[in-house]
Amino acid sequence: MTEIKILKNILDENRHRADDNRQVFNKHGILALNFIASPGAGKTTLLEKTIFGLKDRLNFAVIEGDITGDYDARRLAALGIPVVQINTEGGCHLDAGMVHRAYQDFRLDKVDILAVENVGNLVCPAEFDLGEAFKVVVLSVPEGDDKPAKYPLIFSEAGAVIFSKIDLLKAVNFGLDKARADVRRINREAPIFELSAATGQGMGEWLEWLSGKVESMKGDEAG
Amino acid sequence: MHELAITQSLIKIALAKAEEAGALRIKKINLQIGRLTGYVPEAVEMNFRMMTPGTRAEGAELDIQWVPVRCRCRECGTEYRSEELDLTCPQCGVLSGQIIDGREMFIDSMEIDN
Repeated sequence: MTEIKILKNILDENRHRADDNRQVFNKHGILALNFIASPGAGKTTLLEKTIFGLKDRLNFAVIEGDITGDYDARRLAALGIPVVQINTEGGCHLDAGMVHRAYQDFRLDKVDILAVENVGNLVCPAEFDLGEAFKVVVLSVPEGDDKPAKYPLIFSEAGAVIFSKIDLLKAVNFGLDKARADVRRINREAPIFELSAATGQGMGEWLEWLSGKVESMKGDEAG
Repeated sequence: MHELAITQSLIKIALAKAEEAGALRIKKINLQIGRLTGYVPEAVEMNFRMMTPGTRAEGAELDIQWVPVRCRCRECGTEYRSEELDLTCPQCGVLSGQIIDGREMFIDSMEIDN
């Protein structure tokens, strides 16, 4: 019997594919976002309203990750933007290879923001880099203010955190200060947005920040 | 469910390395898994048993060395170990750990027959 050293990361292949995706996005000046949240947190509604609010200024493309069905993809395609649906057939997350295959359908030189809506899940998507510029982690207030403390990994990796359905704050027992403080202690940098896609409350700040991100990325490219 | 993707990658790497080394059979795969990963051993084990019959990895033992979570407190700089997902600093009591270790998912080595 022989022992051989391997020292290889099991998820190396995904990491390499994610790096390839990232290079492609950078080359085309695309800001790629990985939207992660529990099922029902309001990712699709947030995306709808985000696209609606910025589509006169910026070109969107969307990759929709769902276990099955194309309900969300049809909702977004109704906005007149290119959408590709990925069905994971039971899989709990998207991986970099799936995203790679999906964006072959887009005219990348016409895209400013590529929004990837991951499968509803706060655990598994944390392990799989897709090549995004950053993760947007959405927590709806009815889910409870304990979620950042219970799922610290995903919140620690977020480039932006959104507390959604903020119009329901009074109806649910969500401690905004606690949730804010818990996110801040595991993630110093990510801005925290408190908004309601349904009523529009707080949407302006998020949209301005996001379009600023696109501008600064295009600026870096030009420089 | 993501254990399926993890197991597929694990088997792919193990079989490629076994072939490279001219192994007839993989007896044991030594893994280093961080406590912060979503690695569920029972699920990986089950997938592994289902996916390896007829390969060099059939019957191989999966040995896991768990890597504890190690954090550095952003407030006071203390380095500390943490059980699973608790990032609270024992020194100053705030949830402020910067993760240093605990996200590993490595094949460290394999024992093979050749």
